[in-house]
Amino acid sequence: MDLDTRMEQVAVVGAAGKMGSGIALLLALELAYRALGHKQRTYVLSLIDRNDAALQGLVRYIRDQAAKDGEKQINRLRLLFQDRADLVDNQEMVQEFVFEVLLRIRTGTTLTLAKESLLVFEAAFEQEEVKFSIYNELASICRPEAYFLTNTSSIPLHVLSEACGIPGRMIGFHFYNPPAVQKLVELIQPRRCDPELVQVAAGVARALRKKTVPANDIAGFIGNGHFIRDGLYAIREVERLAGKHGFLPALHMVEQVSRDFLLRPMGIFQLIDYVGIDVFQSILRVMKKYLGEDLHSDLIDRTLELGVKGGQTSSGAPRPGFLDYAKGRPVAIFDPASHVYAPLEAPWARSAESWLGPRPDPGLSWKTLQRDPHCDGKLKAWFQALQALDTPGAAMARDHFRASREIGLNLVKQGVCNTAEDVNEVLKLGFFHLYGPITEYLD
Amino acid sequence: MKPMAKPVFLAAGAYTVSLGPGRREFSPRIPRPGLDHYLKEAGRAALAQISDPGAIDEGVVGNFMAARFNRQGHLGAMMAIIHPTLEYKPALRVEGACASGGLALATGIKSVLSGLADAVLVLGVEVQNTVKALYCADYLAGAGYYEGERKAGAAFFFPGRFSERAGAYAAKVGAAQARAAMAHWYRNAVEHARLNPEAQEFQNTAADLLAQGLTEPNPKAFTEHLNLFDCSKVSDGAAAIVIASAEGLSRLGLARQDAVEVTGLGQCAANLTTPPPDLTELTTCGLAAARARAMAGIGIQDAGIFEVHDCFTISGLLSVEALGLAKAGGGADLVLAGETRRTGRFPVNTGGGLIGYGHPTGATGVRMAVDLWRQLTGRAGDFQVALAKEHGIMVSMGGNDKTAVALVVRR
Repeated sequence: MDLDTRMEQVAVVGAAGKMGSGIALLLALELAYRALGHKQRTYVLSLIDRNDAALQGLVRYIRDQAAKDGEKQINRLRLLFQDRADLVDNQEMVQEFVFEVLLRIRTGTTLTLAKESLLVFEAAFEQEEVKFSIYNELASICRPEAYFLTNTSSIPLHVLSEACGIPGRMIGFHFYNPPAVQKLVELIQPRRCDPELVQVAAGVARALRKKTVPANDIAGFIGNGHFIRDGLYAIREVERLAGKHGFLPALHMVEQVSRDFLLRPMGIFQLIDYVGIDVFQSILRVMKKYLGEDLHSDLIDRTLELGVKGGQTSSGAPRPGFLDYAKGRPVAIFDPASHVYAPLEAPWARSAESWLGPRPDPGLSWKTLQRDPHCDGKLKAWFQALQALDTPGAAMARDHFRASREIGLNLVKQGVCNTAEDVNEVLKLGFFHLYGPITEYLD
Repeated sequence: MKPMAKPVFLAAGAYTVSLGPGRREFSPRIPRPGLDHYLKEAGRAALAQISDPGAIDEGVVGNFMAARFNRQGHLGAMMAIIHPTLEYKPALRVEGACASGGLALATGIKSVLSGLADAVLVLGVEVQNTVKALYCADYLAGAGYYEGERKAGAAFFFPGRFSERAGAYAAKVGAAQARAAMAHWYRNAVEHARLNPEAQEFQNTAADLLAQGLTEPNPKAFTEHLNLFDCSKVSDGAAAIVIASAEGLSRLGLARQDAVEVTGLGQCAANLTTPPPDLTELTTCGLAAARARAMAGIGIQDAGIFEVHDCFTISGLLSVEALGLAKAGGGADLVLAGETRRTGRFPVNTGGGLIGYGHPTGATGVRMAVDLWRQLTGRAGDFQVALAKEHGIMVSMGGNDKTAVALVVRR
């Protein structure tokens, strides 16, 4: 069955979630453009989630985003609608396009909506029990020729697909957050996988203009294989420094070093918050279970027990986690002892920063470097300067850099990925890092 | 060409800030003032310069598309919000696309010439930031021939039309020459605007304007021959000026030296449904300017200050040729030689023009008259130019050179 036939019947399970809504949007736009090109075909996008309120919010989101996409693609729309005498203004064409996008969407709260679907994208909550239950049900509902593209970022696919009775019909199609923006899809092929499905997945990635990086079917894959261990390293650093400096200054220092010394788009704790502390914990458990490594954090467990989860609101604004935010920027750190957020506008935070010492000169930031054509040369100079600085902050940065590289090298050694370049690609594309972890900027 | 039947004067001019992208106080997310605010601010600033607002006999407001931008028609009957004395006096709104302000001036002048009025308050207003630029382009496309050219036209309709003109001009004078001249036009406009606190580009601090102006156009994202710096931006603003007879001036408490005299008026409407006869020429603007000069009985060399309708840099280049400041195809050289700068032989758009000050479409023609009046009466503040000649000329253009209003004024 060719890709275009499969694209006529698509479903997204967990469609109203953070990842699901982005995937639903991408598919809704793609199906609308296909429909405008092949008028004799009927495309259906079934969006499934647990409640109607969330689904209505999703349709509203898709409407708004479809209008923005139509505005950006106005020249394409003017061509597509050139035979429609009734559409003259840009506004008329954008509105018609939004209608075309919404026309193919049907929403529902039961998996039976995916009965006719030939491609089922799944982006349910990253928890084993949840995914097993969904696939067990889908296995009995869906047509035997249906394929399943799961967005799991940690669960081994051979376990999931074989336990649920759909071996060969599942592939890992792991989008990065937010799916509508991030160019990366981590493609995970389990040991049993129909050759046609591999072709279909590659075709979907092309249609959605995503770059794929292949990962092997080992829990956590590349992205979380690195991120989770990097996060645990940072937590251990906080625990090490907390004895001398106290918890809040220690967390602030590790956060500062990971963002401003390693020149990442956000600090490691902001990233854990962004992913969700609950999701982080869930992935930890899966990886621990399947890898047998001691992957565990008391700090994560305790913080969640206090009801602090991170994540984002439906509008994409950060929810408080290890850090609290104002206008998207960290402004306070959660104190697990007193259960309140301690503002960063305080003398203790300044002392922590001065203990770290200055950053290399000239000062660089992720934001300015990301569009800089001479980024590589500037990074080399930066890390050379970091090598020479005899300050606690520079030492922490060097240690963190090397720990991150070690994690990356181990992913290659353990066969999670085929090449060092694949690790670097995932970190650069999926995490917006300026450089991959496996580099020679430091010895 | 008959001269003016009697002396007609312009005085008590004023305009608002041109609000839009470029101004620090502007953000699409912050609520902005509407039509009422702009009418009041510009109208009251004009009335504040006269001794008796009751002496105003009539009102005219130039506006292009409030019916779409603001869902508001019937602007003539909004003039009474400026001052109670205007209520129950004759007032009307006139429209001729981006020449609406020019037509408002022409209408006021004719009222005074008719003898039915001795003092007319003329306004122009447009509030366009109510929609995104893409939809703004829809509304402004109403200045083209809807049935005949809109459907096949570019998403950004007028940038598309003037891109064709820029392409034709490049073919005529050489692509590098045309691009360089357009970049110089842009630089001059912003540098002039930096002296005019009301200008949209007043706060522009870009270090290398010429490099910006030389940016290669991107046909996929915008147009084939124009970059974004070649275009006037989306603007909200209003301008006002009083048109009076000699008797009107004295009733308003104004002296002759507070005013400039309108000695020539040229007004043309071409055929909206047919393509321009020559893409490298602003035929209609040229005719209007020639008529105004003939009525005033002056040659181009008698004028020392100019206002032209540079909705795009290319329209600026073609306008100086239409005025006769350069021969056909010679506008680029004139601009490259710096002759249209405030320090040049022919200072053009000294307050920034449409690219530098901004282009609140219906207000633009009136704003041009205010800038001429300011220069010729020594009221231009930081952008005042020392003038040896006593005449100034403006040409207000609507659409793709389909309506044009030219004025010759004398200090």
